[in-house]
Amino acid sequence: MYFLLVYMYIKNHVYMFPDLLGCHGKCRRYLFCCFQDRAGQFFSSGHTNNWAVLVCTSRFWFNYRHVANTLSVYRSVKRLGIPDSHIVLMLADDMACNHRNPKPATVFSHKNMELNVYGDDVEVDYRGYEVTVENFLRILTGRLPPSTPRSKRLLSDDRSNILIYLTGHGGNGFLKFQDSEEISNVELADAFEQMWQKRRYNELLFIIDTCQGASMYERFYSPNLMALASSQVGEDSLSHQPDLAIGVHLMDRYTFYLLEFLEDIHPASKTNMNDLFKVCPKSQCVSTPGHRTDLFLRDPGSVLITDFFGSVRKVELTMETINLTDPIDAESGELQKEMHTYADQLPVSEIIHQKPKQKDWHPPDGFILGLWTLILLVFFQTYGVKHLKHIF
Amino acid sequence: EANAVIIPQCSHIPPGRRGCLMETTVSPNKEELVIRPLHSGDIYTSFQFRTLWETDFTRENKVSHYRLFPKSLGQVISKFSVRELHISFTQGYWRTMQWGQPYLPSPPGAELWVWFQDSLTDVDGTWKELTNVLSGIFCASLNFIDSTNTVQPSASFKPLGIGNVTDHQIVCTENLTPWKKLLPCGSKAGLAVLLKSEKLFHSSFHSQAVHIRPVCKDDQCKTTSWELRQTLNVVFDLHNSGQGKNEWSLFKMFSRTLTEACPVASSSKIYIDITDNSQGEQFELSPATPLLSQAVVLGDRRTFSVYDLTQQITFGTICNVLKLPVTYSAHAGDMLRPLLHAERYVAGYGLQTGEIHTLMYNNHPYRSFPVLLLDSVPWYLRLYIHTLTVTSKGKDNKPSYIHYQPSKDRVRPHLLEMLVQLPPNSVTEVTLQFERALLKWTEYTPDPNHGFYVGSSVISSLVPSIVAMDTNNSRERPLFSSFFPSKEESSYFVRVYTEPLLVNLPTPDFSMPYNVICLTCTVVAVGYGSLYNLLTRSFQIEEPSPGLAKRIANIIRKMRGVPPL
Repeated sequence: MYFLLVYMYIKNHVYMFPDLLGCHGKCRRYLFCCFQDRAGQFFSSGHTNNWAVLVCTSRFWFNYRHVANTLSVYRSVKRLGIPDSHIVLMLADDMACNHRNPKPATVFSHKNMELNVYGDDVEVDYRGYEVTVENFLRILTGRLPPSTPRSKRLLSDDRSNILIYLTGHGGNGFLKFQDSEEISNVELADAFEQMWQKRRYNELLFIIDTCQGASMYERFYSPNLMALASSQVGEDSLSHQPDLAIGVHLMDRYTFYLLEFLEDIHPASKTNMNDLFKVCPKSQCVSTPGHRTDLFLRDPGSVLITDFFGSVRKVELTMETINLTDPIDAESGELQKEMHTYADQLPVSEIIHQKPKQKDWHPPDGFILGLWTLILLVFFQTYGVKHLKHIF
Repeated sequence: EANAVIIPQCSHIPPGRRGCLMETTVSPNKEELVIRPLHSGDIYTSFQFRTLWETDFTRENKVSHYRLFPKSLGQVISKFSVRELHISFTQGYWRTMQWGQPYLPSPPGAELWVWFQDSLTDVDGTWKELTNVLSGIFCASLNFIDSTNTVQPSASFKPLGIGNVTDHQIVCTENLTPWKKLLPCGSKAGLAVLLKSEKLFHSSFHSQAVHIRPVCKDDQCKTTSWELRQTLNVVFDLHNSGQGKNEWSLFKMFSRTLTEACPVASSSKIYIDITDNSQGEQFELSPATPLLSQAVVLGDRRTFSVYDLTQQITFGTICNVLKLPVTYSAHAGDMLRPLLHAERYVAGYGLQTGEIHTLMYNNHPYRSFPVLLLDSVPWYLRLYIHTLTVTSKGKDNKPSYIHYQPSKDRVRPHLLEMLVQLPPNSVTEVTLQFERALLKWTEYTPDPNHGFYVGSSVISSLVPSIVAMDTNNSRERPLFSSFFPSKEESSYFVRVYTEPLLVNLPTPDFSMPYNVICLTCTVVAVGYGSLYNLLTRSFQIEEPSPGLAKRIANIIRKMRGVPPL
């Protein structure tokens, strides 16, 4: 009876709890419906962790804007919650501490130096010569040598949403890495298929900001891939604006407007992918951004931006108990303690009287054996065997 | 003109404690900052953070309790059986003649020296794994270290170990960030608050290093504990960074002020070198401090003003702003000339041969001393050891010990170690000719026209000291004076690094394969293709198609059975 009274009270007065549970629309009046809706939304995307692989493939000072592009996406992704351990950042050259940079340890995205995207807390996993096609493909497929540290690996599983961002100089069907090699769209599509077969991603968002970027996603054939590019085939992606104090172009147009769009997103926002597709129309970008969603299973309108750019921590409750073992007692055995001394840094007398190290004896190799055989043959031929006893 | 007062160490211990700090207790965590105005107008600041860790790896029990010692480094030490580890990242070159000797020398680029425990069997495999792990921890490209640029010196670095003085590495905030995260207080409290990357990298010299080694716990030295030292040396050029006026403060240098000491640090001090300012004629410190300290460092007795951050009175009303109107008068040139100095350069012309010249200066007026020169040259510069000459004052100077290990292509670099006696007040020149090798085209870097770096030479020496050095290594001393332990009073150990060399190797034209393929395919398609077509194609005559009227007439004729038009 009492419970029924409480229930009736809440049901009639639920309008007094506005936005308490984020309920909106027609669901507000019915509390249980609202719970179900929230719970449904919570589990609809199906992913439990987020990863990001951000790659800048260009070297040299005049490609400052590509590094600024990558760092601005890095900054947004970190701000929205993905930790450094889940971000693989690859920068092919160092612009911040480059000797041509008039303001060291900074990379700006806007003229008048408004926003320093390099910041004070940045961890670059692959820098300089390590940014190669081979390393990029190895990160994606997970086939790295066993001594690779954790921060350089993409340790995703089948419930991870991965964001991949590439920028640099590209063409119809390829992307140039550091002026010396290229990755083709076929290789990229095959790498994603390997990832799908190894169950290394749940959903993948691929963004590319290069000239003729749409050609890079033409060949994808694995499920759950969504792709965005800054320009169509036959079009060039243009840079935004130069800064006269630094002397180079600071950012590319597409990423500039993407950064502007992402600055308005916060971890709880509900903006979806359809808004992302509208970023940088032709009037602002000069090139036509493109996107591809036919391989994606969900409707883009129901995919939140934070599904890829933010970090979700989903918790699964368990009622099992675990028994902790007793701590191991440290042995108290007395070892004999020998006297330690600091080593002499330059023991001159020892060095002068040092005996040379005994080199290991190796059996003579083929060359030496062949040479001696030749000498003996010539000798025997010249002098004949019967004269040997006179010589020896 | 004695004007210094020995620091009264006992006065700051609250009553009831056991005694003065000069006895066996060693503070587990210390941080200090030393500021030294240099004669060239620059300011040299050196941060040192030390953490001690009482644990014993030689026993088999796994260590799992970490308090102030960072877990990432502790696991590295235990897993790879490391006895001592020194890693440094430096940007810029230390100008010995203008700035004097640094407290902790480091070569430009990255340097890694490791000593392994005797129980380790597979040194090469462990070295490779260790460099990979460290490259992950410090966000540095240390994974390019492999056997082709690693040396095992026989005499230079004691105790014996494996080392690598790598080529050029750019040091930036991404290396500073993980370094700061290893500190006990992070960058939130204490002296580490001052470490803002924008100001630190806008400097003439920047060097950060991590040193891990076992130290004696007490006088008898029966037990050892692990010491982790993190050092950061920066030389600010105040004219370059737009200061103009001869005045500096902590805020102007670091764009931060200090508000508190690190809570877990047992000692947190700032030392300002005032030896050149004995009567206060050159600059004045504000707020003034009564604490003074003397220390013998680098063969010279220096006086320091000390600010103790663990005392609340240091902080006054304004948050520790130090203002110094520095006016350097004309006789500032009589700084103590560094006794040992070295330079290195490449001579010659063209892309085939060259010569490496190393100059070592001994500036002592009447004493000579021995130096140990360690040169590690990559295999693609083929050294001709028969052209090695060592001359001092025009005469031949025969080294008393030479150890040379020739290189093997693509396997290991050249290693040359020499013990040379430098005569007093002289220049010793070591010359060596080399030839440049042609690399395979996949071995070139993406920017080969920049050139290839040859690491710095290391010159180690025991330099005679004017002031008696302190050989009691277990006493509590400021960190900057206690890095290299002294064995005798009359000399101190100095290590000097020369400049790295930048050498151009003969670079092929990388567009050549593309051009060759284009040309060959064009010749094949146009030349051979047309010939083939002419020879094998057969020609047939074809009637042009008739007009519409004729076609209709042909259809009617076909129906009638009459032959077409």
